[in-house]
Amino acid sequence: MSEFVSYVIEGIPYGCVFALVAIGLVLTYKTSGVFNLAFGAQAFVSAAIYYDTRSRNEWGILPAFLVAVVVAGPVVGLVLDRLVFRFLRTAPPIAKLVASLGLLVAIPELVRLWFGTNPAYNPPSIAPDHDRIYTFGDYELYQYELISVVVTVLVVLGLTALFRYTAIGLRMRAVVESPRMTELNGINADWVGSLGWILSSLFAGLAGVLLAPLFAQIRAEDYTLLLVAALAAAAFGKLTNIGLTFLGAIILGIAQQVAAGTLPTDSILATGLRPSLPFVMLFLLLLFWPGLRNQREAQDPLAGVDPPPRALDVAPSRGRTTRLVTVVAAVVAVVVGYAVLDAFWMHLVIQAMIMAVIFLSITVITGMGGMISLSQASFAAVGAFTTAQLVERFDVPVLLTILAGTVLAGIVGAILALPILRLGGIYLALATLAFGLMFDNIVAPLDWAGGGNYGALTVPRPEIGPIDLGEDPDFYLFTAVVLGLVVLAALLVRSGTVGRFLDALRGSEAAATSLGINPARIRVTAFGLSAAIAGLGGGLLATFNGSAQPSDFISTLGLFWVVIVVTMGDRTVLGALAAAAGFVLVPQWLSDWDFAPGWQYILFGLASLTFARHPEGIVEWTKRSLVRGVETVEALRALRAARAPAPATATGAPAATGADVASDAMAGKGER
Amino acid sequence: MSLLEVTGIVKRFAGITALNGIGLDVEPAEIVGLIGPNGAGKTTLFNCLCGLLHPDGGKVAFDGVDITGLPVHRRARLGIGRTFQRMELFPGMTVLDHLLVADRARRGEGGLIADLSLQGRARPDELERARATLAQVGLEGDGDRYVEAMTLGRGRLVELARALMTQPRLLFLDEPSSGLDRDETARMTDVLEQLREERGLGILLVEHDVEMVDRVTSRVYVLDQGTLIASGPTAEVFADARVREAYLGDLV
Repeated sequence: MSEFVSYVIEGIPYGCVFALVAIGLVLTYKTSGVFNLAFGAQAFVSAAIYYDTRSRNEWGILPAFLVAVVVAGPVVGLVLDRLVFRFLRTAPPIAKLVASLGLLVAIPELVRLWFGTNPAYNPPSIAPDHDRIYTFGDYELYQYELISVVVTVLVVLGLTALFRYTAIGLRMRAVVESPRMTELNGINADWVGSLGWILSSLFAGLAGVLLAPLFAQIRAEDYTLLLVAALAAAAFGKLTNIGLTFLGAIILGIAQQVAAGTLPTDSILATGLRPSLPFVMLFLLLLFWPGLRNQREAQDPLAGVDPPPRALDVAPSRGRTTRLVTVVAAVVAVVVGYAVLDAFWMHLVIQAMIMAVIFLSITVITGMGGMISLSQASFAAVGAFTTAQLVERFDVPVLLTILAGTVLAGIVGAILALPILRLGGIYLALATLAFGLMFDNIVAPLDWAGGGNYGALTVPRPEIGPIDLGEDPDFYLFTAVVLGLVVLAALLVRSGTVGRFLDALRGSEAAATSLGINPARIRVTAFGLSAAIAGLGGGLLATFNGSAQPSDFISTLGLFWVVIVVTMGDRTVLGALAAAAGFVLVPQWLSDWDFAPGWQYILFGLASLTFARHPEGIVEWTKRSLVRGVETVEALRALRAARAPAPATATGAPAATGADVASDAMAGKGER
Repeated sequence: MSLLEVTGIVKRFAGITALNGIGLDVEPAEIVGLIGPNGAGKTTLFNCLCGLLHPDGGKVAFDGVDITGLPVHRRARLGIGRTFQRMELFPGMTVLDHLLVADRARRGEGGLIADLSLQGRARPDELERARATLAQVGLEGDGDRYVEAMTLGRGRLVELARALMTQPRLLFLDEPSSGLDRDETARMTDVLEQLREERGLGILLVEHDVEMVDRVTSRVYVLDQGTLIASGPTAEVFADARVREAYLGDLV
């Protein structure tokens, strides 16, 4: 029993650190409606600065703490708010989520540019006498643990008082309800929102520095874990209640220590479940915590006052000829590629085509289905592992195993979809994120999944009858055919019943169901299809690489996939193809020009911030801009033509006509 | 047996009783009015009847079958259609697309397998049905237009046409004339009468336009603060002193 109590006491300091980030999450969610997935990354910023000043430059504790936490923390928050989230205040929740995902991807890499990639061992603590032990009856706490507890308790008490008893607290609560309405009452909602960001980023920085000594070294990955733990705690607090959030964080901290102390160390429960306890807790809370599901997403009731974002251009109905030309051009491109590409480039192009298959799964679920799934990497992993295991253990022909992997991934996706579909918007995204992380930690290390002790699983290239696809050029043609089929499938679904039903559900769920559309069924279909396509891509990738490596399919990489596809355009096939090309080529160019590989994440992460303004994606946006440009040029030509026949007439009527033509052309395009 | 038979519907929101034991019925080929001041609970009642809300008590029977527990889409497939007070159209879709979606949804046809085996696109018979319905409500030329570009009045007709594509036997119309001008209202009135006569539809109509209610309905129910305060043949109800006091005032 006393052992149990000591686990409980050991767990409290962990819980306190989780609580700091969780409270930051709730605070920004309350004041700006943004569910900031980048808080873990912000904690990492402060931890890195503290390490650099304290350990590398040997500053004192106080100056290092002031710079890393008190200055850097709030400054990062303020910058993010002023440069990014201020403009998203009335954007749909999905746009905010995408922006924070982009930052989650970009910020750690930005830090690494300056901090370096050398491992930073033995992170320093803020306790002057780090390991001094304080005894409370039979139980002991280290000084740094005690500090974590005291700081967190102070923060919670201070915040509660702020919200309850001060004018600024009242304003913050009002801004959450409706920024516009509050502004009509003469309050600057902008700055109240910024204050929320400053405060919560301060907490994130604090948590980052407090947490650092608990790990052997400072790594961004550990801070993603911190984020998920905080997410779980925030979910426990139903995303709004600071007291409950605090309690949830403490429970989670204790549960982790109890699990560490009591579970047998050699079982999968201990090695897999314990570190992923926060993911499991988040997942279960999202599914079963009453009240959370029905929480309406923080959204401005006056948002409707703003003009809605420009509607998507719908592709003009393409005639048979256009379609035929596109197909012929694609085939010609593949054949020319086969003839001219050298070994190096052919390798890259195959890789890009396989990524395009995986990315099309995101086009299906996010672009067509309107749902953000963050577990696509896990679905791809199911495809890859199935392919590898069946070949390795049962000697099944590779083509069949890829097919089996596709089907199995589809089934896994559909089964996952069943319980989580009741959740909308960001909750769905969080649930899939939790699932992906659980998959990474619990399933992927198993012998019969990612290989585990078995070692990396090898996968041979397929043979189709007499044709051996062992050589890259042959595999190139094979991949091109598969990609072509997946593109065709995506297009057929988009223009078919499923695509139209999904569009309808997205437009108005109430109206769609009142016509007889079963929303659960159609969304499960979309999830299953998307997962199957991801699984197919995963199987292909394993075959191409010759092995199925769990590290190729970790969830954090999957986050980046979503960011890059959404940025390039998740509504169109072309967007997915461009994203795949970028995913493969950009690292190549970066290394050619001696840039750090991290720039890839920074570039696409920051580019995703454009999503809020251009939800159609960069590819479609460029296309439209070009069309608009051409029309403007034509209009100007018309203007000049109108002037030309009457050079003698000084100005007046003809010029005016020309100007009208020009402005009409531009206005006409703008409205569409 | 009535087409729609509602008994004792109760709906509470956090202590407020929005509907207090509402009972009503609609016969085939009959247009029934549901009137009352704003906030009386008309739309709440509609949502309870079509399944968007679950009543705290009472029973809804359609064609003699208890449908109280059925989800929205199942009720729709039985033959219940509706339109919305605040229009619920699908942005980015053409008028024709709206109708095609409704057609397939009602028949429960199509799906992933059909899409992948090239059966997803609209078939000629489907297009023909959709065009016929468009013609019926007077939207012949608008099939290829996007709904964002349409006027409110035309938008309401699109909603009506979309509901009709589900081949309903019972239609809930929530203020179909709100936001329409005189001509458009007249057109809507004609369409409703025509539907009743030609298709034998039962219609439950929530409407503030007293003139329209007077013209098309045979009976009306008057709802005030969640309670039915009067019901009966339209002319009689409109003459009722209590109804005048609660809602009509000097309108009639």
